[in-house]
Amino acid sequence: MDGMQMRRRGLFGAGGALVVGFVLGARPAAAWTDKPVALDQVDSFLAIDAAGRVTAYVGKVDLGTGVRTGFTQIVAEELDVPMASVAVVEGDTALTPDQGATYGSLSIQVGGVQLRQAAATARRALLAEAASRFGLPPEGLRCEDAAVIAPDGRRLAFATLVGGRAFSLAVDANAPIKPPEARRVVGRSAPRVDIPEKVFGRFRYVHDLKIPGMAHGRAVRPPAMGAIAEAVDEASVAGIPGLLKVVHERGFVGVVAETEWAAIRAQRALKVRWSAWAGLPEQAKLWEHVRATPVAQRQVTSETGDPAAAIRGAAKQLSASYDFAIHTHGSMGPSCAVAEFRDGKLTSWSASQATHNLRKQLAMMLAMPVEQVRCVYLEGAGCYGRNGHEDAAVDAALLAKAVGRPVRVQWMRHEEHGWDPKGPPTLIDLRAGLDAAGKVVGWESEAFIAKGAGGNVDLVAAELGGLPRESLSSPGNIVHNLAQPYGFPAVRTTCLRLESTPFRPSWIRTPGRMQNTFAGEAFLDELAAAAGADPIAYRLSVLEDPRGREMLERVAKLSGWQARPSPVRDQGGEVLRGRGVSYVKYELVRTYVAGVAEVEVNRRSGAIRVIRFFVTHDCGQIINPDAVTAQIEGNIVATVSRVLKEELTFDRSAVTSLDWASYPSITFPEVPEIVVELVDRPAERPWGAGEPTAAIVPSAVTNAIFDATGVRLRSVPFTPAKFLAALQGT
Amino acid sequence: MSQTVTMTVNGRAASVTVDDPEMPLLYALRNDLGLTGPHFGCGLGQCGACTVHLDGAATRSCQLPVGAAEGRQVTTLEGLGTPERPHPLQAAFIAEQAVQCGYCANGMIMQGAALLAATPKPSAEQVKEALVANICRCGTQPRVVRAVLRAAANA
Repeated sequence: MDGMQMRRRGLFGAGGALVVGFVLGARPAAAWTDKPVALDQVDSFLAIDAAGRVTAYVGKVDLGTGVRTGFTQIVAEELDVPMASVAVVEGDTALTPDQGATYGSLSIQVGGVQLRQAAATARRALLAEAASRFGLPPEGLRCEDAAVIAPDGRRLAFATLVGGRAFSLAVDANAPIKPPEARRVVGRSAPRVDIPEKVFGRFRYVHDLKIPGMAHGRAVRPPAMGAIAEAVDEASVAGIPGLLKVVHERGFVGVVAETEWAAIRAQRALKVRWSAWAGLPEQAKLWEHVRATPVAQRQVTSETGDPAAAIRGAAKQLSASYDFAIHTHGSMGPSCAVAEFRDGKLTSWSASQATHNLRKQLAMMLAMPVEQVRCVYLEGAGCYGRNGHEDAAVDAALLAKAVGRPVRVQWMRHEEHGWDPKGPPTLIDLRAGLDAAGKVVGWESEAFIAKGAGGNVDLVAAELGGLPRESLSSPGNIVHNLAQPYGFPAVRTTCLRLESTPFRPSWIRTPGRMQNTFAGEAFLDELAAAAGADPIAYRLSVLEDPRGREMLERVAKLSGWQARPSPVRDQGGEVLRGRGVSYVKYELVRTYVAGVAEVEVNRRSGAIRVIRFFVTHDCGQIINPDAVTAQIEGNIVATVSRVLKEELTFDRSAVTSLDWASYPSITFPEVPEIVVELVDRPAERPWGAGEPTAAIVPSAVTNAIFDATGVRLRSVPFTPAKFLAALQGT
Repeated sequence: MSQTVTMTVNGRAASVTVDDPEMPLLYALRNDLGLTGPHFGCGLGQCGACTVHLDGAATRSCQLPVGAAEGRQVTTLEGLGTPERPHPLQAAFIAEQAVQCGYCANGMIMQGAALLAATPKPSAEQVKEALVANICRCGTQPRVVRAVLRAAANA
């Protein structure tokens, strides 16, 4: 076992689990491993080998965000070991605890904090063991460079104390973490551990995995999303060298070949007779379709006073409807997976953000005991929510089963754009009343949003093939942030959870919170304009939370905000400039973000550019400031892309935006300058960073467009055509 | 009918035997030669993830038939520089931490290196124009621009 001398006696308790090193591609033994994965055990999270090297086992995975580096810092800090001697194993159902799917900017907030507590427990145990060996009280000992050091200079390496053995200890929620003044690794911008390999072409993505005997597969999807394969003409691909098999099992069609190129050629050439299907709504009437969809549940997310009566009696009444287009994830690298059946067991390598959940889905679909399935995370292209990785894993599993060999599947671009689950369309109605002084007396809103939460998204091949599945609608936790952070005297916010939505929904970066914050913060801007008030001053007049106020005050200073009502007056010329503000307290319970967008709008062409974006950000304790800044930048760039350019197009049968020409992404010249100010609170707990910033971008941009032009855009994306139409309407 | 294509890859003679000379170069590099620096992003020449240098020019390897590489010089990210002898742009990407998932980084670096070879001291606007057809979905663009400018300053 790779040089680690394992002893089955635990160091700090009875039993002692065997800690197993896992080598990529190694053949699983009879049991996957004996390593514990329960959330309450130190050994589930940490192992220290005989050479003193530390392995951290984490259920959360690095989706390209840098959390691997954050986990490394957290372990290095709490254990006082060099970062270079910490390795991180992520998302392997046989080795890592199930810490939940990697979504919601929870990797550090939840996954990292659990890991930190395990490390703190381990550190205390190491000190106690050393104290006993030294014959000294533990209070006088300290840890340094993977060793415990006594006041007299004696030294016991962790490798000597525990190396290769299990801790056999429960995680203690009361084990002390290091106080802020003692920290040396956390809170600093450690360079990311993955970047060198990535810039030299040495990093191994899931796309690069090659295992012995591996063949290449591709699914063949119907041209209409609900069509059934009635007949498959195998002769149509018979001449392709290297073709191994055409698979047609109920509604699932695929091809397997010796080489990737042969699989692609067969995927293109295979003739299939498909049934007709045209079950999608007319895109031009999408919002009528959404309004007409039956409501499964009315979910009131906040209620104070009688807003309807307050609005009726108000000096001024306003109402507006906001809508937000269907978006695709559009990962740079189409989804990819490798599957292998051996001795009746399935190993699935993929970039799934939720391998523990995928394991259950695969077992259910294939009617296998869940214990017979192992899902292993390998990094893929950046993932901003549940995209196609799980679906590719299923394609690979079905094809591997059909040919009795390991199979690698990578989706083509048109499959990724066409078949990944979509961020569902969102429509929000708002009403408010102002008193004579312009103060809000009542606020009401209704969001028309898909039903469901953050559960499993049904798998494409299971749907098409009629295989066992949960038949859930899982758009993510999309109800948050319809409730307001402001002190309005009468409020009711209601989510109308729709029975259906046109496309298989899933969460995409900041699901629901983005759409709800867009509507709320833009409508609030409308109220400020109606009141003749400065938008920041208007927010501050109804915001009590001191951490939130600080973000708004800081962003005003950072952006050089000139207090005045919007829109700006007396602008001549063709290109108009404006600025807009937005604010969020994420889910009303965590990270605070305020932002100011500066835009230029060409009133002749309708072209809109975001020139600069200022952000102030408080996520409590910061583990790695540069990594947080990078996440903030990335969320701004990606969300500017979404709100200016991105919109799924479709006909009655299928998605028609199947490439980067029909579903454009932001280009370098369109990227704004970004200025970030982080507020670190080392004595607080760490909250998520990433998604919260994306929440404020759509509203800041539309508020800036209004400031520049007096035109209010309430429909994402903010295209030139929509601007020109709205300009004509003013 | 299989056919052997011989080319120079990262300074060494390399040959691949293919059934179909129309197969894009990308698959020969990744699957036959084990060079996984270039990535499949779109297969349409729209995103840049597969970029290599063909006789020094940035080229989308998903669009070039492998047969057309016969006798040509191909450089991939692996051949641009190594940890021991990094290309200035690779060093600058590390210094600027200009990577998130890194799937696009191959294209950013290969396209950026081609720019620096032709225009050693580009302006920020020239960098952005040179990378206009390279997509990044993580939002690393501000750092990528800084990295190219840093490499130019250090060269």
